[in-house]
Amino acid sequence: MSLTAVEFKEVTKKYGTETVLDNFCLSVPEGQIVTIIGPSGCGKTTLLKMINRLIEPDSGSVWVEGKANGSVDPVLLRRNIGYVIQQIGLFPHMTIEENIAVVPKLKGEEKRVRLRKAAELLHLIGLEPDSYRRRYPHELSGGQQQRVGVARALASDPSIILMDEPFSALDPISRVQLQRELIKLNERLKKTIIFVTHDIDEALKIADQIILMRDGTVVQKGSPEQLLQSPENDFVTEFLGNERFGRPERSEIVPFKARYDGLRQRAGGMV
Amino acid sequence: MSLFWDTLSADWEQILQKTGEHIYLSAISVLIACLIAVPLGIYLTGRKRIANGIITAVSVIQTIPSLALFGFMIPLVGIGPKPAIIALTLYALLPMLQNTFVGINGVNPALIEAGTGMGMTRLQILRMIQLPIARSVILAGVRLVAVQTVSMATIATYIAAGGLGDIITRGISMINTITILEGAIPVSLLVIIVNLGLLGINRLLTPKGLRHLNKF
Repeated sequence: MSLTAVEFKEVTKKYGTETVLDNFCLSVPEGQIVTIIGPSGCGKTTLLKMINRLIEPDSGSVWVEGKANGSVDPVLLRRNIGYVIQQIGLFPHMTIEENIAVVPKLKGEEKRVRLRKAAELLHLIGLEPDSYRRRYPHELSGGQQQRVGVARALASDPSIILMDEPFSALDPISRVQLQRELIKLNERLKKTIIFVTHDIDEALKIADQIILMRDGTVVQKGSPEQLLQSPENDFVTEFLGNERFGRPERSEIVPFKARYDGLRQRAGGMV
Repeated sequence: MSLFWDTLSADWEQILQKTGEHIYLSAISVLIACLIAVPLGIYLTGRKRIANGIITAVSVIQTIPSLALFGFMIPLVGIGPKPAIIALTLYALLPMLQNTFVGINGVNPALIEAGTGMGMTRLQILRMIQLPIARSVILAGVRLVAVQTVSMATIATYIAAGGLGDIITRGISMINTITILEGAIPVSLLVIIVNLGLLGINRLLTPKGLRHLNKF
């Protein structure tokens, strides 16, 4: 909890004349699901892509697990950071197991080891290995495909996983399912998951920490409960949705994660 | 009809020899064009500005009438198979270059982003993602070019390069339909065989996961 997985130190990024991030500082704690949320153009995706050097800062530095990532070969850096994108991006000409095993293959792991890992991960994401590993991406539903996308990001056992609006292209039912599975999965795996989204419900539901951004700055950072209980300013209230505040049905809107924790506490730690 | 078979049985040895020459001219030209156009097309993807210039330059070649192009070769490299192969290769460049370029550029950018984000080098992206996915488009270009080259090699006879065109021109000068057919039918057969053969190879080489969307 106290350890820092990723840290931005005085990062500045401009696109042409437009400044996206100006002297930006942020530290992301280890082993939690951290969602970065904000209106479009607030710099959240830029931030995410700076972690694995898909985008380079103009000045300042990004530290990943205690090392300035600018000093690490980007190819090696990326193989040790999981990456899940909105468009899923499974390779259509590869089977599901080949897709999952891409990073281990890039790292030169033996085929036997790769296939075993793929099977374990398929099991972990709830797809029966024997019936799915030889299939091709187009034979799977969108939700199943993105599960495989998550498994692929986990394949080299990275401690940090970046997710760029991973569920926003899915239908509402699969989306909710995958959100739940992600929470459960990370209770077990304890990865640092940095999750960019523009969907406030999603952010409240899955996050341990929410980072709310606007115009390249952090407006408020805290747990979903903190944001809901003591919003920093009107922007936060408005962004979370005015209806979440001061209405009787408020208990209805307590985030899933908080509700889950609450239930667990009430059960006296028996669950 | 019996006249046709009599002429055929008298000429078949020559037909065979000319067919051999014809295949030689076409195959070498297509091969050289492949070796130039495919790597060039790969190189040009991601370099859009020079790509446009080069593709335009190559398409200018396509506007030269084929007969004239063969003619232009004479002062440059003389007569015989060599200038014919150069002319046929020049003609074959554009479709292959264009298909390689379009095929590789047509790969979904999300796949490239996923690959880059997972730590693939540029060469690995080319080898593991772009080429397998663009393969059927590139092979469609090769097929188009092969067919075009086989039929165009007929004109190579005008610069003394041999091939089935020899038989056809002889038939024309003698105003002898049977002789013309003796040259024309093997050309048509070659075109059909090459077309079907390459189609089969393309099917065979297409990865299983892509077969459902293969339209070529």
